[in-house]
Amino acid sequence: MRYRTPIAVARGLGSSKNGLGHWWLQRLTAIGLVPLVLWFVVSIISLSGQSHGQVVSWLHSLPHSVAFSVFLIIALYHANLGLQAIFEDYIQARWLQLSARIVAAFAAVLAGFAGVFSLLGLAFGG
Amino acid sequence: MTMNERPLSPHLQIYKLELPMVLSGLHRITGIALSFGSLLLVGWIVSAAHSAEAFASMSHFLGGFIGQFLLFGWSFSLIYHSVNGVRHLIWDTGRLLEIQQIHTSGKIVLALSIALTLLVWVLGGGFPGGGV
Repeated sequence: MRYRTPIAVARGLGSSKNGLGHWWLQRLTAIGLVPLVLWFVVSIISLSGQSHGQVVSWLHSLPHSVAFSVFLIIALYHANLGLQAIFEDYIQARWLQLSARIVAAFAAVLAGFAGVFSLLGLAFGG
Repeated sequence: MTMNERPLSPHLQIYKLELPMVLSGLHRITGIALSFGSLLLVGWIVSAAHSAEAFASMSHFLGGFIGQFLLFGWSFSLIYHSVNGVRHLIWDTGRLLEIQQIHTSGKIVLALSIALTLLVWVLGGGFPGGGV
C-alpha cells in the first residue's frame, strides 16, 4: 500500500535543483562582459604588433591592470558556467559529467590565478 | 538503467535545418572555443610577465600559421558570442521572440559578427600581411 500522494513522490525530482542561481549568474556575468569585451577588443587592437616593452608598460598602468583582471575573472567564471550547462546537457554518465565539471572548475581557477598574479606582477613590477 | 525503452523526443536530424538553430549551435560552439581560447590569453599574459624571451616566443607562435588561425577563430568566436549574447539578453526581457524577428535578428547578428571580425583584423594590422 502506498500512502504518499503523487505530488509528494514527484516533488524534488526536478532536473536542476538550483538552476535559477546558475541562470542568474550567467546573465549577470554576461551583462558585465558586454562593456568589458568592448574595452578588451579596443585594447587588443591598440596592442597588436607592439613590442614587449610597450605591452609591459601598457599593463603597468593600474586602470588597465584592474580592467584586465576583472575581464579575465568574469570571463573565466562565465565560461565555467557555460561549460557546466554543456556538460549537463551532453554527458549522460554521472561520474564523467562530474569529472568534467571538476576539471573545468580547477582549470578556470588555475588560469585565473596565473593570469591575475602575472597582471599584478606587471602592475607593481619595475 | 531500465528506462531505455521510453520514447525519446525527436533529435536534431529530424528537423529541417534553419538559420536560428545553426546560430544557437554556433553560440555553444564559440563558447567552448572561447573557454579554451581564454587559456591562450592567460598564456600570453604569463609570457609578458615572465620575460621578453618568453613573450617573443609567444609572439612568434601567434604570428605563425597556426597562431594566426587560432587568433582568427578566437576573435570571431569572441565577437559572435558577444553580439549573439546581447540578442539572448534581449530575449530574456521578452522582446524579439516572434519567429520572423528571430530569423531577422539572426541574420543581423551573423552579418555584424563577420563585419566586425574583419574590421578588427584590418584595424589591428594583422589583415592582410600577418603580424600580431
